[in-house]
Formats: sequence, C-alpha cells, structure tokens
Amino acid sequence: MATLIKGRRVISESTPSPEQGEVLRLEPTDDPAAVAERLARVARVEVHFPKFGDGRGFSIGRLLRERYGYKGELRAVGHITRDHLFFLESCGFDAFELRAGEDPHAALAGFADFSEAYQASVKRPLPLFRRRLA
Amino acid sequence: MYVYDEIDQRLVDERVRQFRGQTERFLAGQLSEEEFRALRLRNGLYIQRYAPMLRIAIPYGLLSTPQLRKLADIARRYDRGYGHFSTRQNLQLNWPKLEQVPEILAELATVQMHAIQTSGNSFRNVTTDHFAGVARDEIVDSYVWCEIIRQWSTFHPEFSFLPRKFKIAVNGAQADRAAVAVHDIGLHALRDEKGEIGFRVLVGGGLGRTPMIGVCIREFLPWPHLLTYLEAILRVYNRYGRRDNIHKARIKILVKERGADKFRDEVEAEWAHLKDGPATLIGEEIERIATRFTRPAYERLGDIDLSAVTLPGFATWLKRNVHPHKVAGYAAVTLSLKKTGVPPGDVTSEQMDAIADLADRYSCGELRVSHEQNLVLADVRQADLVAVWREARALGLATPNLGLLTNIISCPGGDFCALANAKSIPVAEAIQRRFDDLDYLHDIGELDLNISGCMNACGHHHVGNIGILGVDKNGEEWYQIEIGGNQGEIRPGLKAALGKAIGPSFARAEVPAVIERLIECYLAHRDSDAERFIDVVNRIGIAPFKEHVYGNADQRSSRNQREHALA
Repeated sequence: MATLIKGRRVISESTPSPEQGEVLRLEPTDDPAAVAERLARVARVEVHFPKFGDGRGFSIGRLLRERYGYKGELRAVGHITRDHLFFLESCGFDAFELRAGEDPHAALAGFADFSEAYQASVKRPLPLFRRRLA
Repeated sequence: MYVYDEIDQRLVDERVRQFRGQTERFLAGQLSEEEFRALRLRNGLYIQRYAPMLRIAIPYGLLSTPQLRKLADIARRYDRGYGHFSTRQNLQLNWPKLEQVPEILAELATVQMHAIQTSGNSFRNVTTDHFAGVARDEIVDSYVWCEIIRQWSTFHPEFSFLPRKFKIAVNGAQADRAAVAVHDIGLHALRDEKGEIGFRVLVGGGLGRTPMIGVCIREFLPWPHLLTYLEAILRVYNRYGRRDNIHKARIKILVKERGADKFRDEVEAEWAHLKDGPATLIGEEIERIATRFTRPAYERLGDIDLSAVTLPGFATWLKRNVHPHKVAGYAAVTLSLKKTGVPPGDVTSEQMDAIADLADRYSCGELRVSHEQNLVLADVRQADLVAVWREARALGLATPNLGLLTNIISCPGGDFCALANAKSIPVAEAIQRRFDDLDYLHDIGELDLNISGCMNACGHHHVGNIGILGVDKNGEEWYQIEIGGNQGEIRPGLKAALGKAIGPSFARAEVPAVIERLIECYLAHRDSDAERFIDVVNRIGIAPFKEHVYGNADQRSSRNQREHALA
C-alpha cells in the first residue's frame, strides 16, 4: 500500500484507520452530480488521478465540496507527488495517497509551496482581492 | 508598468524556491523524466535540439528598462549574449544550462520577472495590443484586464494541469492588433450604451496543426463577470477536453466536437452556479490594479508636422515605423528586429542595453514587445523623433518595413527547435534579400508574411497574408505556401482568416522566387495602390495565384529544380 497523508500528517502504514461505511471511488470521467445523493452516507470519497498531469480530479474535488456540500474525507489517489499537494488541498482534498517511492515526510513541505493564492477555492472561499479589502 | 505588491513578489519568490527543489529532486533521481518534464515546462524550460531553451515571461509584452537590462545581463552571463523575442511577446534564451536555471529565475525575480507558465499544459502569457494604453482607437486600456487575468491564471489551483496549453488574448481597441480570433479565448473589450465595459468572448480559436477561427459565445459579458465566466469555460474544458491525444487536446477540438451551441450551453450551465459568486470582480479591485500601473506624466504638447524634414530615409521610417498616439505631441515608435541577415526577433545583449538607454531617454523607461517580434517605444515626444530615428538607425533597429513583406514573423525553426521539420530563419533571410529594394517593397504595400518551421505554427503562418510552412518529406526540408490568411480585424471589414495552400511544396531555394511570382500576380491584378495583397486575394481567390506560380512551364522548371534538389 502507498503511503498516506491525512490532516497534513503521515499516517503510519502499520496502523490502518478503521473503515466504517462505504468508500466511493471516482474516476476522472465520473460526474459528481451522479453521486450527489449518496455523499451524505459515504465514509470517504476517493478521486483517482491516473497520471501525473491529469487535472480533472481538481475540478471534481471542488464540485464535491462547493456544489454538493460533501463534508467527509476526500482522498486523492493515484499518481500524486508533493508537487500536487498545495493545489489539491486548495481544491478541498484532505487525504493524499502518494505514488510509490515518494517520501511522505519530505512531501509535507509541498503544502507550503505557496503561502497565498489569488483565486477563490475550497480552502480560500474568497479570492485574494476580496480578502485584501477585508 | 504594473508594480508588484508584497504578495505578487512573494509568490514569484516561492516559485523560485519550489523550482529549485524540483530541479534538485530530479537531479537526485527522485522525480521521473516524465514528472520533471511537466514541472520544468511550466517554468518555461524545454530540452531543445542542442541545449535547453528557457522562455521568460513578459506579461502582455510590457517591459521596464531595469527588466530589459536584467535580460541583457542574464543573456550575457548565462547564455551566448543574445535572446529571441517570440510571438507570445516573451523572450527565449537558447543556450542556458539546466542546473543554472533556478539561479536565472532567482535573478529574474529581483526585477519582478519569472518564467511561470510559459510552457506546458497551463495558462500561457496573456497577450494584447502592443499599443495598449496609447492607441488613438482605444476603447479601454487592456493592460488592467490583462493583469487581472494574469493573477487569476497564475497557479490556479483547479486549472494547473489542463489537457493542453491555453492562450488568452485581450484587445481593447477598435482595430484588433492582438489576433484574438486565433486564441483559445479571445476577449474584445467593448463599451455598452451607458459606457460600461464588457467583453465579446470568442473561444476555440488557435493555430497549430488544426487551425481554427474562434467562435463568439457571448456578445457582451459585463466586466464584473469576467473571471466567473472564464472559470466556467475552463471548468468545462478541464473536465471534458480530450486527454487521450495531444493533437486533439486544445479547447478548439472540444468546441468543434461539441458544436459551438452545445459548448455555449454547457458553459452557461456551469456559469449559472458561479455567477455572482465570490470571484465576481469589484470596482475597488479594478481601481487597485489600475493604480499599480505606472503611467507616463505627459507634457502638454502639440502635434508637430514632420513632413518638411528632408533627411534621406526619415520620411519612409516615419511612415512605416511611427504610429499615432492618443496624447497630442507624442508618438509610438517601432524598433524593428527584422534587419536582413538577423533572425527575426533576435537581439544581442548590447542591443538590449542600448535599447534600454533609448527607452530611458525618450520613452519614460518602458517598452513593449509586439507579437510581430518587434519592440515598441510607446511614449516618444514627436519633437524627439528625428533623434530617435538617428539612434535607432545606428543600432540597426530602424529598418522601415513595418507592415511590409520583409517584417517577417518567424519561429526559431530547425536551427534551434527540436520540433521543427525545416529551418525558417534562412528562408526569412533569403526572402528579405530578394526584396531588398525599398522602393519596390513600399510599392508592394502592406503584406504580412509569416514562417513556421513545422505545423505547430509558432510563426503563425496560417494568418500570414502569405504563410510558409516547413514540412518534412523523407528527411528533406520542403515548404508549403499558403495565401489569404489574416491575423485579425486590423481594418474594419477585414476578418481574421486562415490561409489556403496554393499547391505542392517547394525546395528551400525555390521559395523566394515563388514569393516573387505571387507578388507579380498581385501587382498585375490590383485596382490601385490602395488595394492590398490580401484584398486582391479576397477579391479574385487563390486560383490566379496558383496558376501564375505553377503554370505549365513553371511546373516543369519547378520539377526540374526539385529533382535537382533531391539529387
């Protein structure tokens, strides 16, 4: 099993968290609207990133959080490296299954690649230009 | 010039740190080739035919003199003492060392510059009219909107891994000097009857191997909705744009496969959720951005009549390279980077330093890069024009060919680029030599000639009135000629159009003679001097040109030459 980062901490592989309830896995071609009804009942949603450069899951993450109100664990799985973490977290992901070989402890630094963002996102519901005025 | 605030600067500095780490991880074997490729490309770093190529962003083509001096300095110390201005208003260095790139980026950051998203499957440099802010036909100052889009498109969390590159252009004037119809998104700024600003939104234009003219999906988008609407377009593209085939991944293919109406409906449906949300723009932000742009303090001057100046060569330069300015007593001057014998768009470090001095003394310390690969001094006092002309001429930057056949747009081609099928620079030079008679050149009149070394079309050959495309045939370099292309509505009624090939391709040595034949045909058919080459092509079609080039006798000689070339 690949290493997992959750809540910005490395979760030890030897102590898997107890799973309760259904895990919903979405491929990049899946439409979040089609599963909206089920979201309240699932324990976790996994969004699959099949390739390093496949960015469809970022839109899926935002839609799940912003449009369909999903509050549970949102896990990015697949070809994930530290280079994705800042963007993934901005789009509402809170758990990250890194690709094999990626050092999870070093990868934590990826969350701090940038200290700000211009755009509105799940993490920063107001764009920078509105926060500047506040 | 837009002046960074603390956050703008911090993000650029953080990018330098991030890329330094990525380069180290790659060199240490912790990032695969494929992963690092995606990461270095979004920092403008290509691995080219002979060396890496670094593309430095010049947002919307606007450059200050400290920045130009820094570019000269970097080209001198990290490269071979020259750079190449590209059609995306950027600067390319052809010989940097991979390990030194983080250092180059750190130096760029000291003058508020970077190479962020100058390549890769991401938002590219937003481009605009090189006369923005000074044009007499201005509707709005497009720089403000370009900067708003620059910020929104920089490190966008949702759209940093798009199916393919994404280019946005903004035009704020009556005439379209930004070629907006051949961009993924083209925005025409307009004003409604109340004077409120809005945008006509074109989508799905582009060049490359499947050239297309963008389609309008919204006639008037009021400015507060600009970013939410762009976000809706991008979300549809990010989710549904093809990722299975790199050649079908641009938004133009999605628009074509869906059909413009269906695509518009999807964007509208997405926008319904985003409209009036937090990303809706507010007046304070427009004001804040506008005031971060330094503007020249214009003196109260009157227009000067320079027609009496009899210095040989001055009148021609005045006519071709000097452009009207919205402030009385001022003019915009194009410094031509199209001197015969010099690759189009290339400048040496010494020239960059000298140009920076010129801009400091005569144009408020600012310059613009045009998508035609020239530099513009936008705020020159008319009283200084003679002095600027003398100095520009001494620097080899006063070739009076703006808008004429020898103002060739060209990609670096097979001399540098790993993608190219054929060389473009020697073709440009051979044509410039063939048409070196200035009187003849001026008699031919306005004509855009563009050259690309392969179908990726970096030299915009599809929208040249004459376009030349390098093709590979069994390892040989051949050139296909198109006519009838046009970059945009630079005059009322002249629509953006894609050129059509006139027939089989030619060997490199034949190209200047073919251009000569096209010109002969044009001159024979034009009604008057006022009828330009493109007007004649539009009026009589390509058949007469084709016949004049390939007529029986010529076809024979062409074939002979071809056999000779292949022998």
